[in-house]
Amino acid sequence: MIPAAFAYARPTTVDEALEAIASGGEDVKVLAGGQSLIPVMRLRLAAPETVVDLTRVAGLRGVREEGDVLVIGAMTTHSDILADPLIAQYGQLIAQATETVADRQVRHRGTFGGALVHADPAGDLPAVALALDAEFVLVGPNGRRTVGAADFFVDYLTTTLEEGELLVEVRVPELAEADGWGVRYEKFNRVAQAWSIVAVAAAVRREGGRIAEARIGLTNMGTTPLRAGAAEAALAGADLSLEAVTAAAELAAEGTEPSSDLNAQGDYRQHLARVLTKRALTAAAGL
Amino acid sequence: MTAVEDPTSTAGAPANQVGQARLRKEDARLITGDTTWTDNMTLPGMLHLAVLRSPVAHARITHLDVSGAVDSPNVVAVFTGRDLAEEQGSLPCAWPVTPDMVNPGHPSIAVEEVNHVGEAVAIIVGRSKVAAQDAVEKIDVDYEPLPVVLDMEEAVQDGSPLVHDHTSSNTSYHFVFDAGDAGTGGDTDQAFADADVTVSRRFVQQRLIPAFMEPRSVVVQPSGDNYTMWSATQIPHILRVMAAMVTGIPEHKLRVIAPDVGGGFGGKLQVNPEEVLCLLVARRLGKPVKWTETRSESLMTAHHGRDQVQFIDIAADREGNVKGLRVRLLADMGAYLRLITPGVPALGAFMFPGIYKFPAYRFECDGVFTNKVPTDAYRGAGRPEATFAIERIMDELAVELGMDPLELRRKNWINAEEFPFTTVAGLQYDSGDYGMATDQALELLGYDELRAEQQRRRESGDPVQLGIGFSTFTEMCGLAPSRVLGSLAFGAGGWEQASIRMLPTGKVEVVTGSTPHGQGHETAWSQIVADQLGVPFEDVEVLHGDTAISSRGLDTYGSRSLVVGGTAVVKAAEKVVAKARKIAAHLLEASEDDLEFTGGKFAVKGTPGAGVGIQEVALAIFAAHDYPEGVEPSIDAEATFDPENFSFPHGTHLCAMEVDTETGFVKIRKYACVDDVGTIVNPMIVEGQVHGGLAQGISQALYEEAIYDADGNLTTGTFVDYLLPSAADLPHFDTGNTVHAATSNPLGAKGVGEAGCIASTPAVVNAALDAVRHLGVSDLRMPLTPERVWRAIHQGGDGGDRATAGTNAYGGASTETTAGGGRPASESNASSLGGDR
Repeated sequence: MIPAAFAYARPTTVDEALEAIASGGEDVKVLAGGQSLIPVMRLRLAAPETVVDLTRVAGLRGVREEGDVLVIGAMTTHSDILADPLIAQYGQLIAQATETVADRQVRHRGTFGGALVHADPAGDLPAVALALDAEFVLVGPNGRRTVGAADFFVDYLTTTLEEGELLVEVRVPELAEADGWGVRYEKFNRVAQAWSIVAVAAAVRREGGRIAEARIGLTNMGTTPLRAGAAEAALAGADLSLEAVTAAAELAAEGTEPSSDLNAQGDYRQHLARVLTKRALTAAAGL
Repeated sequence: MTAVEDPTSTAGAPANQVGQARLRKEDARLITGDTTWTDNMTLPGMLHLAVLRSPVAHARITHLDVSGAVDSPNVVAVFTGRDLAEEQGSLPCAWPVTPDMVNPGHPSIAVEEVNHVGEAVAIIVGRSKVAAQDAVEKIDVDYEPLPVVLDMEEAVQDGSPLVHDHTSSNTSYHFVFDAGDAGTGGDTDQAFADADVTVSRRFVQQRLIPAFMEPRSVVVQPSGDNYTMWSATQIPHILRVMAAMVTGIPEHKLRVIAPDVGGGFGGKLQVNPEEVLCLLVARRLGKPVKWTETRSESLMTAHHGRDQVQFIDIAADREGNVKGLRVRLLADMGAYLRLITPGVPALGAFMFPGIYKFPAYRFECDGVFTNKVPTDAYRGAGRPEATFAIERIMDELAVELGMDPLELRRKNWINAEEFPFTTVAGLQYDSGDYGMATDQALELLGYDELRAEQQRRRESGDPVQLGIGFSTFTEMCGLAPSRVLGSLAFGAGGWEQASIRMLPTGKVEVVTGSTPHGQGHETAWSQIVADQLGVPFEDVEVLHGDTAISSRGLDTYGSRSLVVGGTAVVKAAEKVVAKARKIAAHLLEASEDDLEFTGGKFAVKGTPGAGVGIQEVALAIFAAHDYPEGVEPSIDAEATFDPENFSFPHGTHLCAMEVDTETGFVKIRKYACVDDVGTIVNPMIVEGQVHGGLAQGISQALYEEAIYDADGNLTTGTFVDYLLPSAADLPHFDTGNTVHAATSNPLGAKGVGEAGCIASTPAVVNAALDAVRHLGVSDLRMPLTPERVWRAIHQGGDGGDRATAGTNAYGGASTETTAGGGRPASESNASSLGGDR
């Protein structure tokens, strides 16, 4: 449980961080909250040449509002998220998922951006970001670019982030109750602090007795977070009813190829996705 | 559990300390870490060991090149099995359960062949832990694969590949107890032939990992030809004897110290390979050395527990009177026999009949070798396995007979007036009242209301079903009468030793041979001595765990400490009082017979005011200016106690379980238990032991399982995959006690260390089954993962095998990549871990 030797940089600005990454050699890892990186380094599953620690980059921490968009700094910790009034008002889906992340100690160290860039399919926030069509703001040696969530998650633990690039903030649409939005993160695991076996992030916009729009993100149903597209399509314009939700939930696992491990084999994960989607939608739709 | 001390009695004579919920003396330092754990030891010039471990389960070592590690910075030496082959001997197995048991020998470090993943292959000695660990990856090993033996039922077939090719089969021993042959029961086959009803089941006791909080750690300091070993062990006394025998270091040249030890649960009842290796390396280099395991090493290489396949047959008449019990076990030894590996299932042999009056009983057990880490003691050691089997099969019999499971139990259990009762296994149960404990437990649970709710949920087809499970258990504690252990071929006795030293200022040092590792001996022993000697609780200090201070002892396991070690303390105190009485009589110029001893004071009967305290006697005899002729100037005393019988705690555990039939998720709704552990010395410690035991027993039912993949890699190599519950995952426990004093010791204590762990597992599984039996489920394999429960409900069977792949969460962690260097461990694939995180 002792990591291999590594060089260490602790920049205080984004520019310094980019410089440290650029000059860090072949294998650079960026340390955000360290809740995943440090364990894999201690197990020597990762042995980076340089670790660039973003803890002191104050500009990357915090939540602000730009029009009807929430802008979340990549280094905002999970506990910051849970205490944030803007999140409480417009980001309930994020708040619900964040509350289920590991335990209190982890939530004090772990960060919103770090969890997304780690792109762990069993992590809770990627599916939420995908369901919300979050936009990822990346900076790198070649400047700044914005990538949509659908393009951000590429494969198991792999994102579109290029070498030398850094995630600085994430933009998510505000979902206001006043606009008819209801949300629910439905997580299934065996013990409180464990990763999701399967989880479902659902957001439903109700309009005059119908479901105007439904967004459904699936956690741990493949190598990346997924949208339950068929279920979403079935709900668009559907009656606000348990029957409609139940029928749509039956489609939740369509097209998924979840992995098999000691917690769940693939067919059981697909079954869970359907059950949890129904539960998440029912709660989100207030049925 | 109360967080505050119960108020002590106000004025006058000190109240009895025994029976009070005194706060634990040792907790402040244990909880705040204000103590020296073994890994905190730092000695001048100390070197650090790291161990290269086999990444393969069964292979011949064809090439081993350590030169890269030797040349690594700050590496002092590297040793292979070949280097140490002549001096390492074999790790001891102290329990040859049959005369013809096959023990293949157990090297501390592999010489030519590795037999389980994690077996030591090379030792790196560095000036720092980091230097040693870095060099692990620089050793080059080639392994020629051998067939891997993992499944016991396949391993015992003719033609199976062998774990040890110098043996003729994978069966280490065949142990039989037959009540007919022993004269304690009738003919079992006849009983089955004559029975109206028989029920047969195959139960699986999954492999568990003790998962103590403090990892194992050893420090050895050589000094001339003397050695001092500090070890995070439960058994410093046994370790000293065994380590001396294995290494040839004379016993009187070896001192073993167990400082404060952070839990063991049987997992530290062992002579570990690394303890021997530290001694050998310290002897070679003449320098102090330290080895502390990582959590990955601990899960992979510290001994495991349980792992049995149980074939259970029960016979009864139509009215529900049990007629016979037949038990056939396959018990996984792992690759080698460690200290009491073969004895664990054999110890269980006597507990399968439980609390029931079986007229016939036969037990057979095969100890089977596999290419896995050895099994050995884990909280309950043989008795949880037995209790699970009998309490599960009683429920199955009740179903077969159409009887209420509690009614079936009542019909067959030993009645209160029948104690002492000799069972079909030949044990004489001391005392108890199973009906009383059961009635109290039903009350605590709110049984009738829950049954009514269960009925409502069933009728309405609620997706969440409710079930109630019973476990009416007993166990054998207070290990043990030495003669009985001898008859079972155990390598040692079961006595315990204590001594009491009266210091000049009247303070008291109690030296105990029972070495605690978190149980609270210091508090309980202080309470006992305070009562026996009439001195303040605070005036007593309890010393333990150092063979130079506590020279004789047999340590802590099997719920034996209070029952045997506590009794030795009582006996020593009685001797102190007897010796002090002579001195006091002399000082008071009275006859010994005229003295009475109460509240710590010797007084002359009928002469108010004339008296002397025992603490004053201590000072007087220290000065020794004035004491009677013909006695020694000391009131110190020691005593060794060897019990004449085991003690038999019992209890009724009830679990109410909710099962979500849509997902298979099980959730304990309510848990109530009433235990009879005999006389209670400290109710807070007793409740703490019950809580901890319940957590572990429930955890076997719901969470824990050591899983090996098809190649023999331990999939559950971290706590991500080896699931342990936290407080958040466990229910409130409603606990109670009945008290029927043990008859085998003057304290009347029966032992509580394992009760919760033994009793709870079948209660939990029976509860889950009770919730879904009407849906066609008749068995559920432990642990009750949601997937298994869901499959059993919707696809039949017991839930089946789990996939053996570990979770992919956070990049995954498999044994292969945590085992250290050496081919063919898969390359750590850092690049697949994505960008930053």
